[in-house]
Amino acid sequence: MFKQITAAEAAAMIQPHSRLAIGGFLAVGAPEGIIDAIVAAGTRDLHMIVIASDWEDRGVGKLVVNHQLKSAQVSHTGTNREIQNQMNSGEIQVELVPQGTLMERCRAFGMGLGGVLTPTGLGTVVEEGKQIINLDGKDYILEPAIPSDFALICAHKADKSGNLVFRKTARNSNPIMAMAGKITIVEVDEIVESGELDPEAIVTPGVFVDYIVVKEA
Amino acid sequence: MALDKRARIGARIAQELKDGDYVNLGIGLPTETANHIPPGVHVIFQSENGIMGTGPAPAEGEEDQDMINAGGGFITALPGAAFFDSAISFGIIRGGHLDFTVLGALQVDQHGNLANWMIPGKIIPGMGGAMDLVTGAKTVIVAMEHVDKKGNSKVLKECTLPLTAKGRVSLIITDMAVMEVTPEGLLLKEVSEEFTVEDVVNATEADLIIADNLK
Repeated sequence: MFKQITAAEAAAMIQPHSRLAIGGFLAVGAPEGIIDAIVAAGTRDLHMIVIASDWEDRGVGKLVVNHQLKSAQVSHTGTNREIQNQMNSGEIQVELVPQGTLMERCRAFGMGLGGVLTPTGLGTVVEEGKQIINLDGKDYILEPAIPSDFALICAHKADKSGNLVFRKTARNSNPIMAMAGKITIVEVDEIVESGELDPEAIVTPGVFVDYIVVKEA
Repeated sequence: MALDKRARIGARIAQELKDGDYVNLGIGLPTETANHIPPGVHVIFQSENGIMGTGPAPAEGEEDQDMINAGGGFITALPGAAFFDSAISFGIIRGGHLDFTVLGALQVDQHGNLANWMIPGKIIPGMGGAMDLVTGAKTVIVAMEHVDKKGNSKVLKECTLPLTAKGRVSLIITDMAVMEVTPEGLLLKEVSEEFTVEDVVNATEADLIIADNLK
């Protein structure tokens, strides 16, 4: 069962070299309060797993600008000039991962799988150094699961059992990342009584949730 | 690109779409397609961040911060829309459940190879969802200008930039021409009104097979 904490308490759990799987896409559905607390804590040498590096002043882009990352696995860096600068200078090591592959590799870790077989990236630089497996005459790239220490995600509402519902396109990677961390910390708009959320409408069951931070108004 | 050029390419792409098709439009020029769907044809648009059934941009002041498309622009949801997570969204894409994806290109070649995600030493914006889209969609349409800003052909014998996917492009629609990737090579099917076949051949590095029923 989850415990309710503050964003600062969440940030204090994160140590240098922690691997963070962070929800959100172009800062929509990003756990902004937790990200701000990590910026305030100044923890460095972090590894980030996220779809996009967002903008310099929104979403995970703030961690880039504050020089808190030593490495990252992302799909899209085009909206953040600073991460491009840090990639060029060698300050940050970035593995670019196709977006669908990134999701499956994170999901695999949470689901107890060692990896996935995907055709995405065949015949491109993505397959370099990876095992190609032929099944029934078709080639696939063996893509290993991506482990993370902490999943930092954003949901619309939680109930007191930790069950989560999301809002519109702010759902994006959040339900996947929710399963992908050894410890999952969720930022929500509000916590409602158990029973208030329709059990048929729950997207992420509370069993995946360790800590909840209520977004500050 | 001039507005009329964009509109013409968008209108030509729209002709490929049938009632009931599920379609993903890439950022930029491909989005023009949505403005030219013929009356009576209902096409369902996906945005890969997690929605099937996107509607037009909201009126000013009506934007919802939790409603964006894959390009980061504000959108609406049409009746019948569905939201889903990114793994399902890319399962739709990779699993062959999309009828069409339309993408821009830096280069495309006569083998159906596409390069549209990086220029080594210059920009590395990442592939985002492009590799999954080109690998998985039933039909891949490339929409682009025929030549680059320096006048060099973007339709090549072999792509020289890092590939997005190998041998997956079916149709190339440019401001000058419509070309189909066939096992025999690149088939020139249509030439735009203000150009001649010779203009297109001269502006194309790839080998072109001229269709018997060229339009």
